[in-house]
Amino acid sequence: MFEIFTQLADWLTYSILKLSPESKLGDAAHFFIEDVSKIFALLLVMIYFIALLRASLNVEKVRDFLATRHRGIGYVLGSGFGAITPFCSCSSIPVFLGFTSAGIPVGITMAFLLTSPLINEVAVLLLLSLLGWQFTVLYVAVGMAVGILGGVFLDAIKAERWLQSFAAKALHQAQNQNPSVAIIQPELKRLSLPQRHQFAKDETLEIFARVWKWVFVGVGLGAALHGFIPDGLIEARLGDGQWWSVPAAVLLGIPLYSNATGVIPVMESLIVNGLPVGTTLAFCMSTVAASFPEFVLLKQVMQWRLLATVFIMLLVAFTLIGWIFNAFTPFL
Amino acid sequence: MKNIIVLGSGCARCIKTAELIDKIAQEQSAEVTVSKETNPETIMSYGVMSTPAVVIDNALVHSGSIPNRNQIEAWLNQG
Repeated sequence: MFEIFTQLADWLTYSILKLSPESKLGDAAHFFIEDVSKIFALLLVMIYFIALLRASLNVEKVRDFLATRHRGIGYVLGSGFGAITPFCSCSSIPVFLGFTSAGIPVGITMAFLLTSPLINEVAVLLLLSLLGWQFTVLYVAVGMAVGILGGVFLDAIKAERWLQSFAAKALHQAQNQNPSVAIIQPELKRLSLPQRHQFAKDETLEIFARVWKWVFVGVGLGAALHGFIPDGLIEARLGDGQWWSVPAAVLLGIPLYSNATGVIPVMESLIVNGLPVGTTLAFCMSTVAASFPEFVLLKQVMQWRLLATVFIMLLVAFTLIGWIFNAFTPFL
Repeated sequence: MKNIIVLGSGCARCIKTAELIDKIAQEQSAEVTVSKETNPETIMSYGVMSTPAVVIDNALVHSGSIPNRNQIEAWLNQG
């Protein structure tokens, strides 16, 4: 089903641009054209259909649902909703406060917010098309585990002590009230098919406008790695999953900031070039989830101490993920 | 005179929303004041979770996206 993109790349690279299949430039250009055309086609088609299905899901509904659930299952649900709810990182503060003022524990809110950037429909589609379903399942499982365990850990250390005082007050008030009174019911609307189509169309254009440049950058970097890094260099230097390479990859990912869409094509090239799966996962998750600009935003609702705790928790989690996967890959 | 507040944590879409409302109000020479509110505590007090959101004379009329021209015109022509 994807051969058409290979043919398109063959035709453009070898017939129109007249590059030799043996040259490095030809190799890189072919990779770039094939991946960009494939990803763009997939994104446009799939975002539309997914948006059609989830047109009536929004953060208000998620909040009402989570506020009435048992705490134990709350972490899993919080993380699951983080993965499927459309949500822009610029909304993380209002979402955090909305959940908090509905009395939802900080750990469950953070399970939602930590999983959200790591997993979304665009990331899953890219993983499926570039790296296959086994890797996709692995990535989703690891991403959700980070959110769930991170949330459990934050509640275990009583993270709510270190919220900014107005947020802590809102949480306290909501938890001491009858929950059915505390929540303002949003108007429930049933959507007709034309309304769903309109939503899906807007959503597709909106997401596409936001991510296309990331695809270009990500695939461009991937193509450069593919064509210009000598075969076997990465494999020879880092292929054995040397223990220090994982924390090094996590640290390298901090100043690099990208969303999941941009980093996945890079992941593909790293793995194809022989970087072990654990090191690759650690690097990419750190790039996506541990970013300074985003953490500085959270300062509005959290004290430095909590902020630093969450940051260090993520770095440790990604390092452990890297080590565990590098240790087990030989047995898979 | 309507008092319109755009709620949002300073993201690009919130700034666009305020500009759009300002522009349409000027076209219609409607008597309004448009301001932006970025304080998270104030945003929380309106119960808003998806920004940009629009508040007119203390009533929340919209949240979660950049409103379209028809919506804005309807708000301006009301009452």
